[in-house]
Amino acid sequence: MSRVRIYQTAVIAGFVLLLEALCVGGVIDKVTMPPPHRIAVDFFKLLTTKTLYPEIGKSMANVLLAFVLAYVLGIVIGTALHGYRTLRDTLDPLFATYYAIPVFAFYPLFIVMFGLGDGPQVLIGFLLGIVAVIVTTLNGLDRVPNVLRKTALVSRLTPLQTALHVTLPFCAPYLLTAAKLALAYAFIGVIGSEFIMARSGMGYEIGFAYTNFDNATMYPLILLILMLSIVMNGVLTRWEKVLLARRGIA
Amino acid sequence: MPAPHVTLHGVTKVFPAAPGGQPVHALGPIDLSIDKGEFFAIVGPSGCGKSTLLELIAGLVQATDGEIDFEGRAIAREIPDGIGVVFQEDACFPWLTVRDNVGFGLRETVLAAGERASRVDGAIAMMGLREFAGSYPAQLSGGMRQRVCIARTLVAQPRLILLDEPFGALDQQTRLLMGDEVLRVWRETGATVFLITHALDEAAMLADRIGVMSARPGKMIDVVRTDWPRERDSRIVEREQFGAITSRLWKTLRDESMKTMGRMTTPA
Repeated sequence: MSRVRIYQTAVIAGFVLLLEALCVGGVIDKVTMPPPHRIAVDFFKLLTTKTLYPEIGKSMANVLLAFVLAYVLGIVIGTALHGYRTLRDTLDPLFATYYAIPVFAFYPLFIVMFGLGDGPQVLIGFLLGIVAVIVTTLNGLDRVPNVLRKTALVSRLTPLQTALHVTLPFCAPYLLTAAKLALAYAFIGVIGSEFIMARSGMGYEIGFAYTNFDNATMYPLILLILMLSIVMNGVLTRWEKVLLARRGIA
Repeated sequence: MPAPHVTLHGVTKVFPAAPGGQPVHALGPIDLSIDKGEFFAIVGPSGCGKSTLLELIAGLVQATDGEIDFEGRAIAREIPDGIGVVFQEDACFPWLTVRDNVGFGLRETVLAAGERASRVDGAIAMMGLREFAGSYPAQLSGGMRQRVCIARTLVAQPRLILLDEPFGALDQQTRLLMGDEVLRVWRETGATVFLITHALDEAAMLADRIGVMSARPGKMIDVVRTDWPRERDSRIVEREQFGAITSRLWKTLRDESMKTMGRMTTPA
């Protein structure tokens, strides 16, 4: 284990121990937060009783759908925009100010348009992620050395083949960054939307548990979301490191 | 007398004006004929349009005026088949191994898997990269990466190899050795080689003929024949005639280089 990894583990362990001490010592009361060991027991129960599996499955399916839509369409739109300078310049102000727009404010409108089903939640996760993917893709494509484009030309590749075999593979580290952003935004969009006006899903269950002082459900679900998000991002970060190491960057 | 492989008739290139600027007359008119199997080098002052000339022959840019023929067919609006280009910059794909980089040259070629593998292995062996076939470019030196790019060009068996200052980023010793490699490849493949270089000694060592270009707009102001035997290597620099050739090249180029320097130092 590297020194940095030891420090990271120590920081997390120290934080958990501090929380444990504060909860057991009564500084944080039981209604606000149970001690971490209690959350761990409840978390284990949540996984073994399987009662919330449908909610977890539904949320994760929506997160995955929002992520895939934002990621694939973001890369396609980013790649297409890169070839049209005027269109890109026209849209640049929108991209620059996009994250100042509170997408959640449109949630009631989306419910009117798409009903109370999963559609509005997926749409919000998708809308939050897609611009980050477009901008990151454009950023990566801007860095493709001209000599690689010339090499594609003398290899008689079509524009589509050039994108698939030269420019996008060159951008792979940027595309992995885009994947991490899209995933994070998909989680925020879907789980956040479920909090507001859904009838099911992990966000809804957390909100329901919160209003009913059901800490035994709320904290394990929060912990689960945290763990899923960290594991998925960890896998992408690991992959990114492998790619960068191959290029002599890491 | 060998047949001309590449001919240029009145080739001119004028780049359109940038906003608020003037059009740039980069090149020409140039008339030139390169024989099949010949090693032809171009030298000239900085900014004289050497690389533009190479890109015109490669079909990467279009001439404003004049005509370029390769094997009797005009080069216009598409990259001709049978031409391979090695650029000055590192053009290795960093995400591919040496083997995959070299194999990339055959991506658009219809070949049986066995023939494809055999050609890739042959090109890797020819450039002395066999033990690095599974390495990534980041694990190689600058000279080795340039050899990967040459191998990628060779694997497609081009009949015309265009080299755009391929050793510009390498140290002197490596350049001499790479020159030997290029001469060997030229002899073994029988391809026509068109080399752009700023190094007079490199041109004098490698080429059968050397075209000397003027300051911008680049025109051919002299063509020097070296009369070297086909079987040659970097030891040719020891010959008395080598000094005479480089001396003649510099004599022709000095005034043109001064013009370029003057343009660079004169305030706009």
